[in-house]
Amino acid sequence: MFLKHGLGRAAAVAVLLAGTAPMALMAETPADTLVVADAIDDIVSIDPAEAFEFSGVDLNNNVYDTLIELDPTKPGELVPGLAESWSVADDGVTYTFKIKSGITFSSGNPLTAQVAADSLKRVVKLNKTPAFILTQFGLTAENVDQMITADGDTVTLKTDKAYAPSFVYNCLTAGVANIVDMTEVMTHEANGDMGNEWLKANSAGTGAYVLKSFKPNEGYVLERREGHWRGDAKLKTVFMQHIPEGATERLLLEKGDIDIARELTPTDIEGLSGNADVKIQGDVGGQIYYLALNQKNEVLANPKVQEAMRYAIDYKGMTDSILKGMWVVHQNFLPQGFLGALDENPYSLDIEKAKALMAESGLTLPVEINFTVRNNQERLDIATSIQNTFAQIGINLKMDVGDGKQGLETYRGRKHDITLQTWGPDYPDPHTNASTFASNPDNSDEAGATGYLAWRTAWDPGAEINGETDAAVVEKDTEKRKAMYEDLQRKVRDHSAFVLMFQQARQDGLRANVQGFYAGGATDSVTYWTISK
Amino acid sequence: MSDISTPQGGNRLARLLVQILLGLGTLAITILGLLLITFIIGRVVPIDPVLSIVGERATPAQMQAVRDELGLDLPMWEQFYIYVRDALQGDLGRSIRTGMPVAQDIARFFPATLELATLGTIFGTLIGIPAGVLAAARPGSIADQLVRLVGLMGYSMPVFWLGLVGLLIFYGKLDWVAGPGRLDPAYDMMLEFQLTQYTGMVLLDSLLNGAWDIFRNALSHIILPAGLLGYISMAYISRMTRSFMMNELGQEYITTARVKGMPEWRVIWVHAMRNVMVPLITVIALSYAYLLEGSVLTETIFAWPGLGSYITDALFAADMPAVLGGTVVVGVAFVTLNMASDILYRLVDPRARA
Repeated sequence: MFLKHGLGRAAAVAVLLAGTAPMALMAETPADTLVVADAIDDIVSIDPAEAFEFSGVDLNNNVYDTLIELDPTKPGELVPGLAESWSVADDGVTYTFKIKSGITFSSGNPLTAQVAADSLKRVVKLNKTPAFILTQFGLTAENVDQMITADGDTVTLKTDKAYAPSFVYNCLTAGVANIVDMTEVMTHEANGDMGNEWLKANSAGTGAYVLKSFKPNEGYVLERREGHWRGDAKLKTVFMQHIPEGATERLLLEKGDIDIARELTPTDIEGLSGNADVKIQGDVGGQIYYLALNQKNEVLANPKVQEAMRYAIDYKGMTDSILKGMWVVHQNFLPQGFLGALDENPYSLDIEKAKALMAESGLTLPVEINFTVRNNQERLDIATSIQNTFAQIGINLKMDVGDGKQGLETYRGRKHDITLQTWGPDYPDPHTNASTFASNPDNSDEAGATGYLAWRTAWDPGAEINGETDAAVVEKDTEKRKAMYEDLQRKVRDHSAFVLMFQQARQDGLRANVQGFYAGGATDSVTYWTISK
Repeated sequence: MSDISTPQGGNRLARLLVQILLGLGTLAITILGLLLITFIIGRVVPIDPVLSIVGERATPAQMQAVRDELGLDLPMWEQFYIYVRDALQGDLGRSIRTGMPVAQDIARFFPATLELATLGTIFGTLIGIPAGVLAAARPGSIADQLVRLVGLMGYSMPVFWLGLVGLLIFYGKLDWVAGPGRLDPAYDMMLEFQLTQYTGMVLLDSLLNGAWDIFRNALSHIILPAGLLGYISMAYISRMTRSFMMNELGQEYITTARVKGMPEWRVIWVHAMRNVMVPLITVIALSYAYLLEGSVLTETIFAWPGLGSYITDALFAADMPAVLGGTVVVGVAFVTLNMASDILYRLVDPRARA
């Protein structure tokens, strides 16, 4: 009898399970909605004055506009955004931007030169993390009211010295320079925060979309604005779902439940090959993988050791296996896509040459060196490969594996020997990487200049490189400027405390009917308004 | 009779009151202890929470501004005092990672976990108890071996693998259930923008709104992760039921009942079960409490925005307000379930009522 009871209940549950079967067959995303799966838990804030993480800047690129933009169809090219024209005066420090007329914010408020100026001032006054992109032009909370002004339909920006105009313009395309609806934002001000709190869950821009809902670590919904100045976005709604797991994304993409998958692993990509319903779109990203050799360590300060290390890394072996599809060999500090980027990669694995260089170093081999690595599979794979090849030339690496933030603190505190790190550009101008890899005005411990990677690894680039970096950022002739960065990169690549290895490559999975997706390359962010399906 | 029963009734009431007070006292002490330990661990970990907020490019001045804002330069006891004082007023602080009030974050993530854990526990109990009883009634039989094998698989197979295989088969190949996430995007937006969200639990909210299509879609999404959690808790519950039942079936009163000719189903389900239920309640409550912590792996695979991933991600980001807030919620859930199982225990076991 009890058997009957037990089986009866089990059968009831089985029926309940099976009963859901017919309800799952809705396996297509709505025609007017773009469903994207990505890991968006990096977002700390979506206030343009504070947003500095990839996912947040991606979102903002679609709900806000800048005065000048990078053209998604011609990467690297500056095109008008909210400003129809711009120029720099002969004094080299006065920039003017003529604001387009007839543009409105999502609230209905009109865009004026005054609002645009106030929005840029807000960034300086709030002084959140990405504010340095604007304050590096000599803007401070105290002087910004005089440095950024509005008159009629013109915004005037004054800089503290004559920088390369391309540098100023490139910085104004960064997410931090997005123009917010100051009239609307200030109505939500609390405790003098200039609406910062409110903008963490709302948008107030002129962008192609407006933020309809934002749930941290869960997703967001964007809705198209009708009558947008750039022309209406092709799809009405963008539905972003936070899905950190690649295998899950792959399954959803195969089933047609999402349109774009942005966290696919090389295994997922391989598994998707041959599926006619899905296509893979490759792009480069801005991140660079490098080794930082602490110059306080005598062994690592030896130029022969540095050179030997450059020949003792299996770059190609790694990009053909563990890093396939994710990273490409790149031995220069500017990522492809930037002004002055080089495609020369002179180093490849040559153990004999590396051994010879180690012999010339005058050191007693083998040497023991600590290797600080973040606890992450990809990094551990790279570190293991390097540990293996370095051992062959007499450098025994002792791995110190820890949490990312712990490793970062060791690095910032100059307490590492060698550390494996990535660096991503902050704004789409070569100075962003040059200023950190090829500049370090004061190498003393007291300087505490943690913003410079060269300082963190205790490397003094010397007057020549420091001077050239300073000169490049004020060079008015763009061609000359480009040549300067090329020269700087060669110097840092061949003679510095950095061993530059890889540039990020990324692969997104798209349903076959998705057209016009632009992931942003190394310099820009995602655009949803160009997508159709 | 009446003059005897009144003092007894009064005694019982007084005892109940004492028990409630003791229960509340235990709750307060447990949570305070939990907070203190988590707080200390959070401060001992060599990670700077300020870096999580400002990022690695920030200047020392920007870092100091955030440090001041968070009160991180205050003595530790003062930070703890401020935290507890605010927590008592329902303010669990602001999450460093999401920038939102922790209470608001938890109000969003906890219902998702509650919904999943409840359904998982229901599945686990409904299947686990009969399976355990079946195994105990015929020890060594094929049914017993089968229950043991299925239970063993539930214990030993990685949840991650089970979840992915489940998705691959039931969602990927058979199309029986919906994929990861709580709802299809269209329904998700419908629920968020057109209907009222009363509880944050999609199944319940869709029912309260009378939105049957959303309910069906939500059920289709939750069935697989809840089934997975149910399977794991079933493995535990069935093993414990088997062991309790075996023990009970060896007792003299069972032999007596059998000798008196009582039908076997009545012997098991009425007589033995009554006694088995007492320890089993604790087992089920513990299993439920365990699921309420949130299953990080299940949540990750099924893109389920639950408390488990919230607390884990917060830990990795040194987001102490979120970790502390999550700990409080899990602590309260644990202690509450413990108290509830105590009450149930008294209801089921006549001896405990005395």
